[in-house]
Amino acid sequence: MMRLLIALAALLAMPVMAQQGMPPAPYAYTQLDDPALEAEAVELMETLRCLKCQSQSIHDSDAPMAGDMRHQVRSRLLAGESPEQIRAWLTQRYGDYVSYEPQVSSTTWPLFAIPLLLLLVVGLILLRRLGKRRSDEETAV
Amino acid sequence: MIAELGLAALWLSAALAVLQMVSGALGLRDGASPHALYARPAAVVQAFLATLAFFLLLYAFAVTDLSIKLVATNSHSAKPFIYKLTGTWGNHEGSMLLWIAVLALSGGLLGGLERRMPEKTMSATLMVQGFVALGFYAFLILSSNPFERLRVPAVEGSGLNPLLQDIGLAIHPPTLYIGYVGLSVAFSLAMGALITRQVTPDFAKVMRPWVLGAWVFLTFGITAGSYWAYYELGWGGWWFWDPVENASLMPWLAATALLHSVSVLAARDALRTWTIMLGVLAFSMSMLGTFLVRSGVLTSVHAFAVDPERGAFILGLLGLYIGGALVIFAMRASSIAEGKRFTATSREGALVFNNVMLSAILAIVLLGTLYPLLTEAFDVRVSVGPPYFNPAGAIFAIPMFIVMAIGPLLRWKDDKPGRIQFEAAMLAAIVIAIVAVVAVLGDYAILPLLGLALSVALAVAAFLPLRGRNIRRVPTATWGMVLAHFGVAVSLFGMACESAFTSERLAAVAPGDTTQVADWTVKLESVDPVAGPNWTAIEARVLAARGDEEPTVLTPQARNFWSPPQPTSESALITRLDGQLYAVIGDSAGVDANGKERWQLRVWWKPFVTFIWYGGLLIALGGIVSIVGRLQVDLKRRKAKALGDARRDDLDELNGGDTLPEPAE
Amino acid sequence: MRLAYLIPLGLFLFFAGLAGYMLTQPKEQNVPSQMIEQPLPDFTLEPALEGMPGATKADFVGGEPRLLNIWASWCLPCIAEAPHLERLKQEGVEIIGVAVRDRPEAVEDFLSRYGNPYSRIGADDISELMLEIGASGVPETYVIDAAGNIRYQHIGDIREETVPLLLEKLEEAR
Repeated sequence: MMRLLIALAALLAMPVMAQQGMPPAPYAYTQLDDPALEAEAVELMETLRCLKCQSQSIHDSDAPMAGDMRHQVRSRLLAGESPEQIRAWLTQRYGDYVSYEPQVSSTTWPLFAIPLLLLLVVGLILLRRLGKRRSDEETAV
Repeated sequence: MIAELGLAALWLSAALAVLQMVSGALGLRDGASPHALYARPAAVVQAFLATLAFFLLLYAFAVTDLSIKLVATNSHSAKPFIYKLTGTWGNHEGSMLLWIAVLALSGGLLGGLERRMPEKTMSATLMVQGFVALGFYAFLILSSNPFERLRVPAVEGSGLNPLLQDIGLAIHPPTLYIGYVGLSVAFSLAMGALITRQVTPDFAKVMRPWVLGAWVFLTFGITAGSYWAYYELGWGGWWFWDPVENASLMPWLAATALLHSVSVLAARDALRTWTIMLGVLAFSMSMLGTFLVRSGVLTSVHAFAVDPERGAFILGLLGLYIGGALVIFAMRASSIAEGKRFTATSREGALVFNNVMLSAILAIVLLGTLYPLLTEAFDVRVSVGPPYFNPAGAIFAIPMFIVMAIGPLLRWKDDKPGRIQFEAAMLAAIVIAIVAVVAVLGDYAILPLLGLALSVALAVAAFLPLRGRNIRRVPTATWGMVLAHFGVAVSLFGMACESAFTSERLAAVAPGDTTQVADWTVKLESVDPVAGPNWTAIEARVLAARGDEEPTVLTPQARNFWSPPQPTSESALITRLDGQLYAVIGDSAGVDANGKERWQLRVWWKPFVTFIWYGGLLIALGGIVSIVGRLQVDLKRRKAKALGDARRDDLDELNGGDTLPEPAE
Repeated sequence: MRLAYLIPLGLFLFFAGLAGYMLTQPKEQNVPSQMIEQPLPDFTLEPALEGMPGATKADFVGGEPRLLNIWASWCLPCIAEAPHLERLKQEGVEIIGVAVRDRPEAVEDFLSRYGNPYSRIGADDISELMLEIGASGVPETYVIDAAGNIRYQHIGDIREETVPLLLEKLEEAR
């Protein structure tokens, strides 16, 4: 009975698993030998988005396409490209969506401008609230 | 029968919410309206009925009543019983009913138990609470009816998402909802005080336990959710700044600022406007979170069933409540009298600074979460994730941690910074020393490094307020503060260590092979198929040993559920005092030279990662201790007052009716 | 001071307006390629099955504009688009296929069941070509002009309405 259930389950899971029938890309699940290079790879992969997932980095995702992207990252790093070059290569093809690390551009400048604005506003609020008080205290009875 | 009863209970609850609202409104008029006294009982009965409706739905799930549409689409008769129960809120309608039940329950507790406020303010509060509840009742009954029947009962249910078939679903949503729907009480209280111009220290004393209570649950709920995602999703991540995660963090940030603000208002009669603003903001963030999570406007790994029509309804409610509250705030805020003054270098000053910092972090999280929505309006897709939130938040978090360390050491109203120069120097020395040592030992990113150093300084600083005091005479509420701040330090330490020191090992291993991660030796013994009640899996038997010790057995699984069909990864953990070993088994990876099948094994050693959640628990515990401390003080005061009153009555009798002059309060 | 108190309200109204507007828009699920109007990269893909040639960039250069169809046997919408691809072939369009992560047996099985509209089929086992041209899933179809430039991307399966659209785009690419 159990075997039948397992077989049945395997059958139902088929379309999902059929992709998995093909072996993953060489560097999808293999770390680079050089630990420093691998650390660079991981750092980059944690900031690249898996295109087929709801919201995951390619480092965390098990989707086959994420594996293929990891392969590209690692093999290109091995070939001597810099992380920024690899990121640029991907954003040239998919746009800013593929990168979690926002670059300053015409579409993302508010992300950088607003925290700066916020710093200003925070400074103003604090000055008003705390600075003014001090001078009042000095003149108060 | 059950479904009809449940729906009837909801309708009745809604009607009572109307009564509560109208009665509360009548209570605001100057002449005491006889109908004003219905507000409290209406709130209590409403709580009872809404909770009843929820339990009826729970029952329907428990018995898998497949004639109810919700049960048929979200449950399955083969599901283990506990998951049948927890599946009640593992869907949109059920969780919305939980929302309403908690909302009604909070209102009922407020109306039934709170007697310390002037009746007018209570009326205003209950009016607002009833008004808010009404909108959500309408939403539930009209567009998300959990008790909808199927014309023909289903033969079998569609099952629950396998990721939700976990004990985490039993803990995370209920505590989270009690937390951020509990903030509705703070919202109603803030609006009530604003409307009746009662923003006073007494009001703050009333509001404080409600805020603390909701905040404790919220802290616990977020901690539980983070841990659940960590072990359930299979890649060892515990926070991704995902929109749904942020939806729970934003009310927490506002509530943390609020609880500090309300304490200042209660103790020092300062920060009146801030307190009201934060009270409105906290629940507004809760409602905003509900909108973001259910409307489908944002992409998320945790998204519930998404429906733009329902999203539009919730947006309407948001406009009504948040918009309304902000309008009233804009109109009335200037009439809030200025509180007592204080200097910059005082405890109030430190609290103002940190409130501003918390609000700024809240603004950053809000910006980052909503930004993709803005760009999509222009047909551009962007991704905002940890590489943005971490540094942007750190801009404000780092000053906040610094002030958090020295703030509790400052005196109220006015203090000289020179008085604490020894403590400040000591803390600065700790930070610099740790940064220097760790930077020398290895190449680590700046943020985890700073986080690590600050966490140690904070941990020490948390206990500094106890210095020079008689430990036995320290008020319980102060212990609460110490615990909570210490919890923040512990949590921060865990986060920093995990970011900086995690080691990962990906290996394709055949049974019999070993691999290394940090100082652990990991050996794959075997890989076998196994089956469960509603799933099949391949299970790896892994032996992990640290140094020379005896190996521990780990059994990570790659599972396939069949109803609905979905693969999941069940991680296996070994928890030690100084971290966790996290193992995951993946797909088959071809064969090795000997023809043996190899498997993808992924192992992490995460130093001190458990501190993240221990810290969260400590924070929640600190909150509980604070509540207990305040209650103790309150009870003592009431007893003393009662004693004083009794004594006055005795004296009156002795004096034959001539009362002595009342001492000035 | 009163003006400052209006700021939270103002911000909220801005958000509400934005959210309200976005609720009326269909949710954009696809990640469009940014390589439109860019040349195809130089690539060489092995044949996906015996008997049919593989695909290279050179196959796209010269002659008429062609369609590049990214597909796989495990992709269910590809079954739905097979008859429409057949129709495009009958209209005289050359369709070069790229099978993503597919075994030769699976490719053969699919083609024998649903027809073979392709003049060539390359095997893209590690999504190399997909990543190079900015494709984010299967199925996707690209209009490539005679100079080897990508002119148009259609994400998702080809429906009945898409056929005239693709023919139009092919005309424009001359």
